[in-house]
Amino acid sequence: MTTTEPDRSELERQFEDTIGRDQRIEPRDWMPDGYRSTLVRQIAQHAHSEIIGMQPEANWITRAPSLRRKAILLAKVQDEAGHGLYLYSATESLGADRSELTGKLISGKQKYSSIFNYPTLTFADVGVIGWLVDGAAICNQVPLCRCSYGPYARAMIRICKEESFHQRQGYELLMTMMHGTQGQRRMVQEATDRWWWPSLMMFGPPDADSPNTAQSMAWKIKRHTNDELRQRFVDMTVPQAEALGVTLPDPHLRWNAERGRYDFGEIDWTEFTAVIKGNGPCNAQRVAQRRRAHEEGSWVREAAAAHAEKQRALRQVRPGEGAA
Amino acid sequence: MSFDNAYEAITEQNDARWAFGTGFDSPLSGVDSELPEGVDRADLATYSLMLADDALVVSHRLQQWCTHAPELEEEVALANIALDLLGQARMLYTRAGQAEGGDRAEDDYAYFRTESEFGNVRLAELDQPDFAVLVATLLVFTTWRLALLQRMTGSRDPVLAAIAAKGIKEVTYHRDYAAQWVVRLGDGTDYSRQRMRDALEAVWPYVDELFATHPVERRMAEAGVGADPASLRDECAAVFGTVLESATLEVPQVSPRAGVAGRAGRHGVHTESMGYLIAELQAVARAHPEATW
Repeated sequence: MTTTEPDRSELERQFEDTIGRDQRIEPRDWMPDGYRSTLVRQIAQHAHSEIIGMQPEANWITRAPSLRRKAILLAKVQDEAGHGLYLYSATESLGADRSELTGKLISGKQKYSSIFNYPTLTFADVGVIGWLVDGAAICNQVPLCRCSYGPYARAMIRICKEESFHQRQGYELLMTMMHGTQGQRRMVQEATDRWWWPSLMMFGPPDADSPNTAQSMAWKIKRHTNDELRQRFVDMTVPQAEALGVTLPDPHLRWNAERGRYDFGEIDWTEFTAVIKGNGPCNAQRVAQRRRAHEEGSWVREAAAAHAEKQRALRQVRPGEGAA
Repeated sequence: MSFDNAYEAITEQNDARWAFGTGFDSPLSGVDSELPEGVDRADLATYSLMLADDALVVSHRLQQWCTHAPELEEEVALANIALDLLGQARMLYTRAGQAEGGDRAEDDYAYFRTESEFGNVRLAELDQPDFAVLVATLLVFTTWRLALLQRMTGSRDPVLAAIAAKGIKEVTYHRDYAAQWVVRLGDGTDYSRQRMRDALEAVWPYVDELFATHPVERRMAEAGVGADPASLRDECAAVFGTVLESATLEVPQVSPRAGVAGRAGRHGVHTESMGYLIAELQAVARAHPEATW
């Protein structure tokens, strides 16, 4: 024990030093257990959000009202599956296992972004999700491109590029709809009314109620507080809403010249808590569908594994194999 | 692009990151769309619609798998195949519109025709109750379509030839994907083997229809525009034989599913499930006929 103690403090010193110099921690580097477990939890939650987040949008793929919009939506949902895949890979670089994490998702032990527990009720929701939900996700995720853990930071660069693209597509759909019929304009406003507050909730509880923020910021996993990011999102979105011609459903929303930012009303934290606790409109449905897909696919995965094993065995008995 | 201002990304004018088939340009831009001399316009339109409907309807069935796939890699792959087929359908609908010479565009064909105006083969519209039926259907459909597209690269219609040339690269991958899964399931566990065998038996009665020649297909083949599906039978049978042998399975010995008074998918006579597929596909578009999306 006496010989390992100095080693550990030296490793810790090197770790802190790397963080302090704004350099990246890589998978083979030593890292504190807390740092590792915080990252696994956060990245897994992010991966789960991508996968669960496919559902509300996939709900409209088969009904998309033009072939072009159908292709855009299908490509977007496919991107989300891809994001989930490389985020799960990032957790594996920390020693986690994808199937275990999936097990935690479908048993409710790990969470995903609460926004996906809201229903998509019209095709305008597809546009509003792109605009507001992806917009909020970008605000949350852009700072993660500078996260101290290398594989996560690099994955986030690609994800943010694609998310920005999705946001643009969503906004463009809404712009087209706002230039369409009266019925389409009503759909956009009605969808905006439903998604605005849940989008603000995506930044998490107020700073005073966010116990993990300080440590995550010290480790440079997180770069800004929840409230800072929420304010940034509001400031960015108000002019977009004006350009679009929709009203954001908040009577307290107004420009504050003194602060140089928008003031906005109080979020309904009771609803936020209810959704987090599993009582949102779609929590049960989302998890059940993911569980069903996973369980109904088990015989397929088992068959693939059995076939691969047979092939391996065949290669081993074949003479001369492996000598080259 | 600045990572600190998402709004810049929205207003950015660079379209290079759009996925295939989602751009603002016509999918056929750059290809000479003049109609070849002596080719019957109505036949070319009907023929293009048949091939487009096959692709759109299979794509629709694949879209229904989204978020239900057995593994995330399969989510990505199935969406990819669905996107490719959707892209083929869009180009073929556009060609049908040009041949017709009216003002109908891709969405008019997809969203504002009735069920009996769809000319896809019945195999394309079959329900996909499990992954084995999905890969069985895909193996049959992609083998047949690849053989067809290979013939069509020499079409006298430059647009169909260009669509075929692009489609071959895509469908070669689709067929490979389907074949690999048929082999894995057939030569996997005892349970998967039985399910794969059941799936083939369920799908195989619809295989014969793929090689029945509709009068329009015959005329288009004679005009050097299309391929006579009857001529693809042996080639497809050879592929089925090879794949199923690798899967340690046999080609099912089942009777072909009859049509109605000799008419089936190509004549607009479909299975009962087709009505639900069309209802789902068209519901929003038909609820807002004046809308632009």
